[in-house]
Amino acid sequence: MIVLAIYVAIFIASFVIVKFAVHKATTDYTSLKTVTFGDESAVTPNRIASVISILTIFLLWGAFTGSRLVPGFMHAPGPFMGDATFTYTAEAEGGTTDDATVTVRVFEVGTEVEMPEVAPGDGWAKNDVDTVGAWRSGLIRVDRNDELGRDQGHTVIAVNGTPIAPGGSVMTEFGRVGMSQKGTLNFEPAKGWQMEPIWLPPPEAVLARVGEIAREGYRDSTLWEHLGYSLFRVVVGFFFGALVGIPLGYAMGLSNWFRGWFDPIVEFMRPVPPLALIPLVIIWAGIGEVGKIILLFLAALWIMAIAARSGVSGVAISKVHAAYSLGASKWQLMRYVIVPNSLPEIFTGARVAMGVCWGTVVAAELVAAEKGAGMMIMVASKFQLTDIVIMGIILIGVIGFGIDILMRWAEKTLVPWKGRI
Amino acid sequence: MSGLSIENLSMRFDLPNGTSVQALKDVTLSIKEGEIMSVLGPSGCGKTTLLNIVAGFLAPTDGQVVMNGHRVSGPDAERGMVFQQGALFEWMSVRDNVSFGPRMAGQRERDWAGNVDHLLDVVGLRDFKEKAVYELSGGMQQRVALARCLANDPDVILMDEPLGALDALTREKMQSLVLRLWKETGKTIILITHSVEEALLLGERLLVMAPRPGRIHREYNLPFADLGVGQDLREVKKHPDFALRREEILGMIWDMEEEIMGRQEQSA
Ligand SMILES: Nc1ncnc2c1ncn2[C@@H]1O[C@H](COP(=O)(O)OP(=O)(O)O)[C@@H](O)[C@H]1O
Ligand SMILES: [Mg+2]
Repeated sequence: MIVLAIYVAIFIASFVIVKFAVHKATTDYTSLKTVTFGDESAVTPNRIASVISILTIFLLWGAFTGSRLVPGFMHAPGPFMGDATFTYTAEAEGGTTDDATVTVRVFEVGTEVEMPEVAPGDGWAKNDVDTVGAWRSGLIRVDRNDELGRDQGHTVIAVNGTPIAPGGSVMTEFGRVGMSQKGTLNFEPAKGWQMEPIWLPPPEAVLARVGEIAREGYRDSTLWEHLGYSLFRVVVGFFFGALVGIPLGYAMGLSNWFRGWFDPIVEFMRPVPPLALIPLVIIWAGIGEVGKIILLFLAALWIMAIAARSGVSGVAISKVHAAYSLGASKWQLMRYVIVPNSLPEIFTGARVAMGVCWGTVVAAELVAAEKGAGMMIMVASKFQLTDIVIMGIILIGVIGFGIDILMRWAEKTLVPWKGRI
Repeated sequence: MSGLSIENLSMRFDLPNGTSVQALKDVTLSIKEGEIMSVLGPSGCGKTTLLNIVAGFLAPTDGQVVMNGHRVSGPDAERGMVFQQGALFEWMSVRDNVSFGPRMAGQRERDWAGNVDHLLDVVGLRDFKEKAVYELSGGMQQRVALARCLANDPDVILMDEPLGALDALTREKMQSLVLRLWKETGKTIILITHSVEEALLLGERLLVMAPRPGRIHREYNLPFADLGVGQDLREVKKHPDFALRREEILGMIWDMEEEIMGRQEQSA
């Protein structure tokens, strides 16, 4: 909730600041429009907003994980670390009460820690020491070193002067002191607002992981091998899907018999999400490369067939008539009119198919694989290696985005007439 | 026998709901070689259907079209077509569009290059030959379509409202171009239009068709096409007969339109 509130606050504040600080220097046609609200063509992404948006995400990520990349004053309050102290008041047989101090050293999990040293103090209740990891909690048996133990009816009746009973708790400046039903104290140091690295590691930890895995690999394969395998499966599966799907789509667009024969199959397979095929493909082909490629082949096949079919149906009849009147044969019509005319549709289909294949391969690797981006994050999650999981997600996103950019670029160079007819 | 003859042509469309439309009934007509004929009539009177049958895209339910002594049974390079919206191939440059016919016929580049360049000159697109067709204006696209048709050297050129989508000024220039090409190439031309002025200007013969069923209503022989060759078409329009004919034909078409409206009101 706090994060969302901060996010919204940054959104509004940066909008206001940019609005007043940056005067529109552009003098294009849009800047002369008087009606812009409601005119969709006048809405272009504000690049300043995009940059601030990305920075905000990293800033929030860094601030709430105590990242070293974010200046210290911007950090959200972290967990308490160091020596925490509180006093307890105990009672024993004979009606005497006595005070003693507990010193708890709160340390960063994963580092060496030494017991703090304190003088035992006077009275029959002696001062105690203990250690607790940050974000953890620990039982503290304060009666153990006291002269009157449980056999003498040792009971803690107050912490820092505040009365406490079994099941109750007292907040101190260092954290919460609770009492179990049996009367044992436990200490839970203040957690602050930051995320524990096991939930969300700071950006530099993820970055360091990228470096480490790129150098040393993970699970017997380097990072590039994992990503390369995923990409390889997508490219091969898509290639065969297109190789079969496009001619199939053409046949369906040109012949009654083909249309009739394959319509039910294509229309049935189209709404089946490729993810639903994973179990069957594993049963039939195992978890190796063949199974993955069959799955991606099937994912791409229907999309490409439908794209090619609608590319053929989309040809203006006047173009077909014109070609025949100019003396073209059926084969020439196919080669010079039908195929080029269907290219824009095929490219749209290819973009969709590539996106679906990429999503499907990651999902399939999550289920079962020996190598691949999905397998990497799945295995890492089992060992609570959150930094690898986050790294994997970011890389999968970047590659998916890269594929789409590449397809768009190819579309622009190969079918420049798209949308301009 | 050269030229084109249309013999007792009838066309009935059977609609899926069981009714049928008699688009053409018993149309007979012959066109001499080198003649330019314009066809006029209220919309829905079967003009496009007639042209599609002549082009060979549709088979008539009755009658036949005979061309150069043989019966028309499908599209052929001897009958070229110019459509309302160019129907150009966007994936080819202007030059590739124009040379499409010769290339499909298997001619080598050195055999067609001269003629194609000449035609591009004639239609004023010499500087645009490497351009993509979607970069051209509507009038320029229509000129590409004309050049493409001529490059294939057909005996008859069929045009279905070829200038209908152009603005008035461009249209006037294109009308002059069509007349010039007609005189220079000596092609037989059938041109459908819904503009009475255009029909008068571009028709040595003018055919007025009537709807329901589509049939020939009247035929005129006119001097304006010959007058218009090499002359400003605005001068031709000043000819006293021109205004006379225009009013006469306009009235005729008005009456037909009103009759259609009346019939629709009755049946409604
Ligand atoms: N493919 C078709 N199917 C059914 N009816 C058609 C078809 N083509 C044309 N028609 C009908 O035939 C008549 C003549 O159409 P058309 O030749 O396009 O007229 P025009 O070109 O003179 O406007 C119209 O009533 C039209 O509805
Ligand atoms: Mg028509």
